[in-house]
Amino acid sequence: MDGTNLPETATITLDVNGVDHEITVDTRSSLLDVLREHLDLIGAKKGCDHGQCGACTVLVDGRRINACLQLAVALHGSSITTVEGLADGDGLHPIQRAFIEHDAFQCGYCTPGQLCSAVGVLAEAAAGWPSVVTQDLSATPALDGDEIRERMSGNLCRCGAYVNIVAAIGEVAE
Amino acid sequence: MTVTPTRAVGTDFDRVEAAEKVTGTARYAYEHAPDRDTVYAVPVQSVIARGEVVNVDTDGALTLPGVIAAVWHGNAPRLGPADDPELALFQSRRVAYRGQLVAGVIAETLETAREAARRLRVEYAQEPHDVVLRVDHPKMYKPSKVNPAYPTDTEYGDPDAALEKAAVTVDLTYSTPAEHNNPMEPHATVAVWENDGLVVYDSNQGSSAVRDTLAGLFGLPPDAVRVIAPHVGGGFGSKGTPRPGVVLAALAAKVTGRAVKVTMTRQQMFALVGYRTPIIQRVRLGADEDGTLRAIVHDAFEQTSTVQEFAEQTTTPTRIMYAAPNRRTTHRLAPLDVPTPSWMRAPGECPGMFALESAMDELAIACGVDPIELRIRNEPETDPESGLPFSSRNLVACLREGAARFGWADRDPAPGVRREGRRLVGTGVAAATYPAYRLPSRATARAEPDGGFTVRIAAADIGTGARTALTQIAADALRTAPERVRVEVGDSALPTASLAGGSSGTASWGTAVVRACEALLRELDRYGGRRPQEAAADTTAEVEAAERLSRHAFGAQFAEVGVDVDTGEVRVSRLLGVFGVGRVINPKTARSQFIGGMTMGLGMALMEEGVMDVEFGDYLNHDFAQYHIPACADVPDIEVHWVDEVDDRLNPMGSKGIGEIGIVGTAAAVANAVHHATGVRVRDLPIRLDRLVG
Amino acid sequence: MRPFVYERAEEARSAVAAVADRPDAMYLGGGTNLVDLMRLGVAEPARLVDVSRLPYDTVGVRPDGALRIGAAVRNSDLAAHPAVRRAHPLLAQALLAGASGQVRNMATVGGNLLQRTRCAYFQDITKPCNKRNPGSGCPAREGDHRNLAIIGHSEACVATHPSDMAVALAALDAVVHLEGRDGPRTLPLTELYRLPGDDPRRDTVLDPADLITEVTVPALSFGGRSHYRKVRDRASFAFAVVSVAAALDVAGGVVRDCRIAFGAIAPVPWRARRAEEALRGAPATEDAFAAAARAELGQARPLRDNAFKVPLARNLLVRTLTELVVA
Repeated sequence: MDGTNLPETATITLDVNGVDHEITVDTRSSLLDVLREHLDLIGAKKGCDHGQCGACTVLVDGRRINACLQLAVALHGSSITTVEGLADGDGLHPIQRAFIEHDAFQCGYCTPGQLCSAVGVLAEAAAGWPSVVTQDLSATPALDGDEIRERMSGNLCRCGAYVNIVAAIGEVAE
Repeated sequence: MTVTPTRAVGTDFDRVEAAEKVTGTARYAYEHAPDRDTVYAVPVQSVIARGEVVNVDTDGALTLPGVIAAVWHGNAPRLGPADDPELALFQSRRVAYRGQLVAGVIAETLETAREAARRLRVEYAQEPHDVVLRVDHPKMYKPSKVNPAYPTDTEYGDPDAALEKAAVTVDLTYSTPAEHNNPMEPHATVAVWENDGLVVYDSNQGSSAVRDTLAGLFGLPPDAVRVIAPHVGGGFGSKGTPRPGVVLAALAAKVTGRAVKVTMTRQQMFALVGYRTPIIQRVRLGADEDGTLRAIVHDAFEQTSTVQEFAEQTTTPTRIMYAAPNRRTTHRLAPLDVPTPSWMRAPGECPGMFALESAMDELAIACGVDPIELRIRNEPETDPESGLPFSSRNLVACLREGAARFGWADRDPAPGVRREGRRLVGTGVAAATYPAYRLPSRATARAEPDGGFTVRIAAADIGTGARTALTQIAADALRTAPERVRVEVGDSALPTASLAGGSSGTASWGTAVVRACEALLRELDRYGGRRPQEAAADTTAEVEAAERLSRHAFGAQFAEVGVDVDTGEVRVSRLLGVFGVGRVINPKTARSQFIGGMTMGLGMALMEEGVMDVEFGDYLNHDFAQYHIPACADVPDIEVHWVDEVDDRLNPMGSKGIGEIGIVGTAAAVANAVHHATGVRVRDLPIRLDRLVG
Repeated sequence: MRPFVYERAEEARSAVAAVADRPDAMYLGGGTNLVDLMRLGVAEPARLVDVSRLPYDTVGVRPDGALRIGAAVRNSDLAAHPAVRRAHPLLAQALLAGASGQVRNMATVGGNLLQRTRCAYFQDITKPCNKRNPGSGCPAREGDHRNLAIIGHSEACVATHPSDMAVALAALDAVVHLEGRDGPRTLPLTELYRLPGDDPRRDTVLDPADLITEVTVPALSFGGRSHYRKVRDRASFAFAVVSVAAALDVAGGVVRDCRIAFGAIAPVPWRARRAEEALRGAPATEDAFAAAARAELGQARPLRDNAFKVPLARNLLVRTLTELVVA
């Protein structure tokens, strides 16, 4: 075919966990692959590579997204928080402590995504966002069990740690 | 120095690696990059279900900048013999199923490797395929044994005559679809050849077994292969045996002289890492008016591939569950042009008990006996087929404890009569069981100069909490605090250990750890406490010398469901499991494992189904958007308890395995609850709204 | 994935110019479907023009109560907007029923409208599909079609449209604003989509260079009495088996007006005009609702394994309307 054999590249800047990176990426690279394969930030996981499991969840400019569906090149100038950036130095984030306390993981592979998603859920609830199980759309929803379960449904866990995940998030939400 | 005796076993402990897992620093297989330029291999799958690879045109791939090599049958190095023909990668032109690996492409970057794989042109000679399981399939045969080494069939008394004479009989056919393990971490390997030896970072359920397999394939002595797997993102049986990906990684690393990373995509996993075979089961029960069983007949029909026989032991739980003088269990297999099925969480018990425990519910209704009472009435005193005593058996205690906690006493057995708004509500019960296996393993224990201890064993922690449980077991055996004990697992360089499979890990590895620790204490005693000291144990003789007994865990599962009268949607509102599993090592992580098994059972009941694409011969719905596993919103607050069970004829810990029993019986409890709610008996899983919308 | 050139568009005209006359160029919004399809090899653009940062990222309310929704507004922001929650609850519910929180944070309104079917054959480039590869055949007709169309499909294609949001917008008489080769124009949302007929390749009437810039939703006096209900195989994070968007205006026990659309039963968001016609002036009773459902679903031609969708859609409509009467 034409000149499409050569990878197209672009140089972008990303703030990842408070550190500025200037990197040249293949335009095809997902944010997830850039984090894992180029920056050695292996916290975000690849479980499906199609936005169907949530293991790759990170926060971009404070909002939770699927890093596998996000082309890195389209994020030029963005700030990213991965699971590695949740803790404040040696002090774990309250959601990390709650996950340990409630044994909210087994194999741990979905855990970074669950944690980042939970941080996103807490922020979304604080902003008054409804969910599909919110009965009164005009009110500010409280994060009860049903709300947490619905809002966390983008993060699959095959070990079946949901019961403990919901308890952990519920404790932090209080 | 006085050491305060502790009792770590039986106490809640956080996972040893918890901090690593919540901070994202726990490194899984694909995340290891040996300190050299690592390259990427991408597997290429067959798009025919049966035939031969005629040629692979690699030109289009190799001209892409950054592509290093393309490997297929035409140019791949010859491998040594493999026990599992699935691992004879690129050794033959034959294609035995759609999705089988026919080539691999290696490139400098992941993006380029994927694109190159897409540009590979594979020419096939296609033959007609046969992928539909049916009871009357002409190739249906009787395997010589079922997994792992059970008799294929058993028969006692005259079951046919007893069925003929029985006052009440049920004759029912159930089916369960293909189900896919789908651990969250896809199977992945990083391989590198160093000094004529092979090092692989690999996602597996047992590094010793992977080492031995790779050594055989590549003609190396076992100690020239090292398999490292510190963290494994779940397996559920699919990582219990080596898979083609690990061979591709080692092969590609050999061909290129580079460190090579390989991962399955989620889609590829549906063909390449095993799955639970679809099964058609016929259950016939004959009973007196009061429900006392006179005959049990349980027949299973399954598929396997043409590559490798896998015979699921589907009806084996029926051999130990209920008393009846006349009984028969059978297994038949049809070899089809399909991917090779394999272990998936509680192979045998899980699908087998769906059928048996659904049938028991139907018998209870036919006899007008409460389903719990029916099970208690048929409780055997000894193993009903082998005649051996049970080491312990607390099914009745579990049923009674569960009934009390669940509020079973007030249950009206009439189906289809409880309405809550636009939902019909019902409850169901089912029994659970799983064998208490124990396998030989080795371990070492070392008293370090700083006063701590190191215990080494090539066990695998795939999320079970094995590392934590072994720390507790070692601490008690060493009469020290768990904080003083460091347990190393997940590396074939450690003392050889059995697989994380068959719920046997804690029993097998724990025995070896206890024996090594006991030996170390003797050494310390002998040398006046002088450190360092080290001692080793090998439990082969101990395991082989164990008394012949029937050793099984039991449990009772309770479910409450609501069924939308308009849409047929089923949602589980309550699950309760009560188990008799010997001594529980770590209540905190044990509870999680039971809940996890029950959650997977909920998925089996309501949503999981690999859909065979008959025209093309593969599992069509090969991703998480189409193959549904439970999401957070599907799972209610699950309650788990266990009964006090002291069994000193198992192992030094008195423990039975808990990794699998949680999934056993859940689907039957849910199906029985759906019947109680609606009056509709669904005998073919999953129970989707199609059957219930009216 | 084929290598591609990436460019970030600064304004709509230049974006259209960048795509026009380049058959291998595509717009990139949130990427939640396009990146997925590129990784599957279904979409193979050589150039992506990123329109997600164009200044169409706000939701406004016009004096007449109509909503103006920028095409680059993220699904989650639209669902959380107070005006949507207050005046068009069915739209908020449809958005919130879609995908996951993460995907909703990424997906744009324009991209949501243009997402492709999730038919398994369309998504697998190793198999035939008339939508992906015209003339290659439709294996779904004889193969797996449990969750495919019962209405509006053709011999060539039985796929369904996957969007939830578009179902609500179809019910609400939304209008799509476009920037194209010849400048701006508008199109009713229900005319954006086309039935497959014998050319299932194109889901919409749009030219490849047409860029959705905005969606407007006219005020609906009874929009507050509306609901979107999605039936699915698991409790969340799943595409619909059948869904319904409905708004109802009842006075004195009689239906004065209504808006109804179905999702997941057709190749397009299915505006149920026959049902609406049957209901206007009818008593607000379950019998009348069932009659309206029959009027619409009488056209259904289910396939071997999806006939259950007919009673499911009927029950769902009756239930939703009945609850709206009570509400």
